[in-house]
Amino acid sequence: MTDPRGPSASPGPDLLDSNTLAYSGRAPGAARQAGLVRRWGWWYQAEWRLLGMKAYWTSIVGTAVITPLLYVVAMGMGLGSLVDARSGGIGGVPYLVFVAPGLLVSSIVMAATGETSYPVLLGFKWGRLYYARATTAASPWQVAVGELLAVGLRLAGESVLFWIVLRALGAVTSVASLLVIPIATLAGLAAGSLLMAFSATLEEEGTEFALIQRFVVMPMFLFAGTFYPLESMPIFLQWIGWISPMWHGTQLARMAAFGLALPWWHALLHAGFLLALLAVGAFFSVRNFVARLGR
Amino acid sequence: MPVIEARALTKTYGDVHAVDGIDFEVASGESFGLLGPNGAGKSTTMRMIGGTTLRTSGTLLVNGLDPEANGPEVRANLGVVPQTDNLDTELRARDNLIMYGRYFGLPYGYLRQRADDLLAFAQLTEKATEKVDNLSGGMKRRLTIARALVNEPRILLLDEPTTGLDPQARHILWDRLFRLKEQGVTLIVTTHFMDEAEQLCDRLVVMDRGTIVAEGSPPDLIRRYSSREVLEVRFGSDRNAALVDQLRGFADRIEPLPDRVLLYTEDGEGALEAVRRSGLQPVTSLVRRSSLEDVFLRLTGRSLID
Repeated sequence: MTDPRGPSASPGPDLLDSNTLAYSGRAPGAARQAGLVRRWGWWYQAEWRLLGMKAYWTSIVGTAVITPLLYVVAMGMGLGSLVDARSGGIGGVPYLVFVAPGLLVSSIVMAATGETSYPVLLGFKWGRLYYARATTAASPWQVAVGELLAVGLRLAGESVLFWIVLRALGAVTSVASLLVIPIATLAGLAAGSLLMAFSATLEEEGTEFALIQRFVVMPMFLFAGTFYPLESMPIFLQWIGWISPMWHGTQLARMAAFGLALPWWHALLHAGFLLALLAVGAFFSVRNFVARLGR
Repeated sequence: MPVIEARALTKTYGDVHAVDGIDFEVASGESFGLLGPNGAGKSTTMRMIGGTTLRTSGTLLVNGLDPEANGPEVRANLGVVPQTDNLDTELRARDNLIMYGRYFGLPYGYLRQRADDLLAFAQLTEKATEKVDNLSGGMKRRLTIARALVNEPRILLLDEPTTGLDPQARHILWDRLFRLKEQGVTLIVTTHFMDEAEQLCDRLVVMDRGTIVAEGSPPDLIRRYSSREVLEVRFGSDRNAALVDQLRGFADRIEPLPDRVLLYTEDGEGALEAVRRSGLQPVTSLVRRSSLEDVFLRLTGRSLID
């Protein structure tokens, strides 16, 4: 047999001390590695996804700061002055105060749909990153859970920034309005987990994401009572709001931010609906990730 | 005890038998090859070893454990180099190693040092902070191999490690793999390159359509299924097939291919001389030693790369 090193290979100087490369003796044993990953694999996945977000963190922060500024100036101040002059605000508060929680919630839900569409297909198809992770000691269900967790952390961070800008502009004032941050994160995860479950089934991107953006997310945004109370819609259109995580999140956020006068059980209903969506979305995300990575 | 033990291992997708009841064992420290054309079932076999593709039936033990039941334990002992690079192209080369290592529960302190060692091993030290997108194909492949070593695995699975690389890059890679073998790492290599199999493998199985058609060391397989030498003659693509009958007497066995005719014989030069004396004038001729390519052709009637 010929020399396995081949004729043209020349050992570089950096290789002389590579004799212990395979086993340095410093790595924990396989059993220890496996034990840690069984417990924490979902967190390692989240770490990786968060590190990946570093590539576009300026756009995350930019969106979180610029969006509220634009919306508040255009809707709150422009449209708001008109509404306030004619009717003295909505629900007993100035239009800016009424619209601010809804803007935060809907922006976060939109961000969630961005994070759970193309990046998921990137993981399965274009970059096959999820397959790389499946060859580690981690398990497919941990990949799905870690992805959702990382998206949730991003949404929470973005909500905090958004809230600070709203606070600086005087659009939210109470301490209770801080609750809008977890509410928006929950609404985002509710919508995002469902979309992630769907994205995980796509073999390639035809027009699905564009259609979802146009015919699901946009109507959800426009008909979710973000800019006006849903009740002012004709009843045959209100159902769009009822099934929209944006509307449930917005109503809940309004109760927290300025005490929108609704019976207390409405809060339970809205939170329950969002939690149920998240449970369904997370269940199918895990199921679809496991099925696809185990093929 | 073998580190890998497969019995009647089977994977079907609908009606397609990707892997059709194969048996094999791999000993610790051995360099074991799965040779076959695309679609022979090599990659599927590799993925079943890692427990990332679920088998349809049969038994499979890796270090005595079932990869489907003990996935994390099995994979903590494996380094996997997939057929297509799936590095995180958004991250820098060094971060790719570190983040991958996190998936084995390894602490950052260990990983920073390990990443530097592996980058040196893969001759990528200068590219440590380069984004993966900016690396050449050979560099990406070496980085993928470095990544597979981050958890100090006992077994390295290499799926077509040098496909798409130029000859220089392939030799560098083979050199690195040989060094790992010297340090006791078990190598399992799939390839459709006979020279790669001959370079890297102590022992190999030839796979075709999901089954194992032969098993042995490269020289052993050549001895068993081919002659010592091969005479390749070309008469032009329209005449090759027509002349097969006239060539029959000059060799033990004849294999007509679209572009040339192969004559299997113990004495290639002698056969060529005899062909010429009979009045046939090949456009070109070549005498060479038999290779695994010939073994594969003999066993399956097809060439490895089509």
